[in-house]
Amino acid sequence: MAGELTLEIVTPERVTYRGTVDEVTIPGTEGEFGVLRGHAPLLASVDCGELSFLRDHTKTRFAVHSGYAEVSASRVTILVESAERADEIDRERATRAKQRAEEKLAKLRKEDSEFERAHLALIRALTRLNVSTKG
Amino acid sequence: MAALKDIKRKITAVQKTRQITRAMNMVAASKFKAAQTRMENFRPYAAKFMEVLVGLAPRLDAETHPLLAVREPQRIRVICMTSDRGLCGGFNTNLIKATERFMAEKLREGREVSLIPIGRKGRDYFRKKATLIDGRADVLSRFDMTLAADIAGDVIPPFVEAAYDELYILYNEFVNVAVHRPTVVRLFPLLSPGNGDAGGADRLRDIIYEPSAEALLEKLLPLYVHVLIYRALVETSAGENGARMAAMDNATRNCEEMIQSLTLKYNKVRQSAITAELMDIVGGTEALAKG
Repeated sequence: MAGELTLEIVTPERVTYRGTVDEVTIPGTEGEFGVLRGHAPLLASVDCGELSFLRDHTKTRFAVHSGYAEVSASRVTILVESAERADEIDRERATRAKQRAEEKLAKLRKEDSEFERAHLALIRALTRLNVSTKG
Repeated sequence: MAALKDIKRKITAVQKTRQITRAMNMVAASKFKAAQTRMENFRPYAAKFMEVLVGLAPRLDAETHPLLAVREPQRIRVICMTSDRGLCGGFNTNLIKATERFMAEKLREGREVSLIPIGRKGRDYFRKKATLIDGRADVLSRFDMTLAADIAGDVIPPFVEAAYDELYILYNEFVNVAVHRPTVVRLFPLLSPGNGDAGGADRLRDIIYEPSAEALLEKLLPLYVHVLIYRALVETSAGENGARMAAMDNATRNCEEMIQSLTLKYNKVRQSAITAELMDIVGGTEALAKG
């Protein structure tokens, strides 16, 4: 059954995407899930990961992190702290962030309060790189 | 005529100053525009965020969540958010004064107050005057949500570990280009965001939560702190550039006035010099004619 969904990706910087799509795949905290038109109302926490949607059989990918997704029958709103389309990702910056995080992690012990933060930074950088590679 | 040369030199100097203030005004204007756009772009995010948070708030158990924990406010921390650069009128001065008043008041109540300065101006000012904790400077020229998250990352763990009891943030609320109002917002303990907004709660009632509503809320509260800090950052950056724009506009106008009055003076002195010379010549010829 084909039906259209309205997808909105909102970040503090701007509304990154607003338009109709056929299917959305969301990186939820409890695991990745797909949404089609007619989905039951859902409020899900969104993790760091790859969000993608299908439109006219082409897939568009985004690297997102930290936020939530609000789903109703014909509408999906993604509210995240950052969302970058795969072709907009600054690979150099992500690579540098990855190195920085790795250096930090090498020095820290698991108990340090900085550890968690550096770990998250590493995950974010890796997600960016990963998503941008797939294009 | 030495005076004439001096005035000329002064006029040239003021003209150069005017050139600089005018350029600064234009730079500030374009930065202000960017900051304003940013403020506008942030609004949908903030609105959406609050909508969900308010909807979830009735399920909030104020007793248990560490960010909502109310303790006897013995140790207080204050974030003072100034700009990194000066030349923006009374923008930082007003805020610093407000911060001092606020801190003095808390000290009178017998609290222990320490300060977290964000922005170079505030840090430089308070460096020797207050107990400072890890502040940040030179961050406002380019920032995004990561900065808000970093600041939150600095303040959340110590609060949860009960290293201090209350956190306030002082920043200039942006009213318009000319008006910025020093504002105090209490960050911790977080105010429960929803107060009897039954509509929001109703709308979200039949929803599947993943994970549970409580766990979701747990995750959203720190993000709410990011939102509050980010808002302060955005308003500070818009306010700073707006204030600089106004200050530089004023300065340019003052330069123009000064150039005008100096030119007038220059012409007067020049005229009187010419008159004096003419008198000399006339006097000379008359004396010759008589002789």
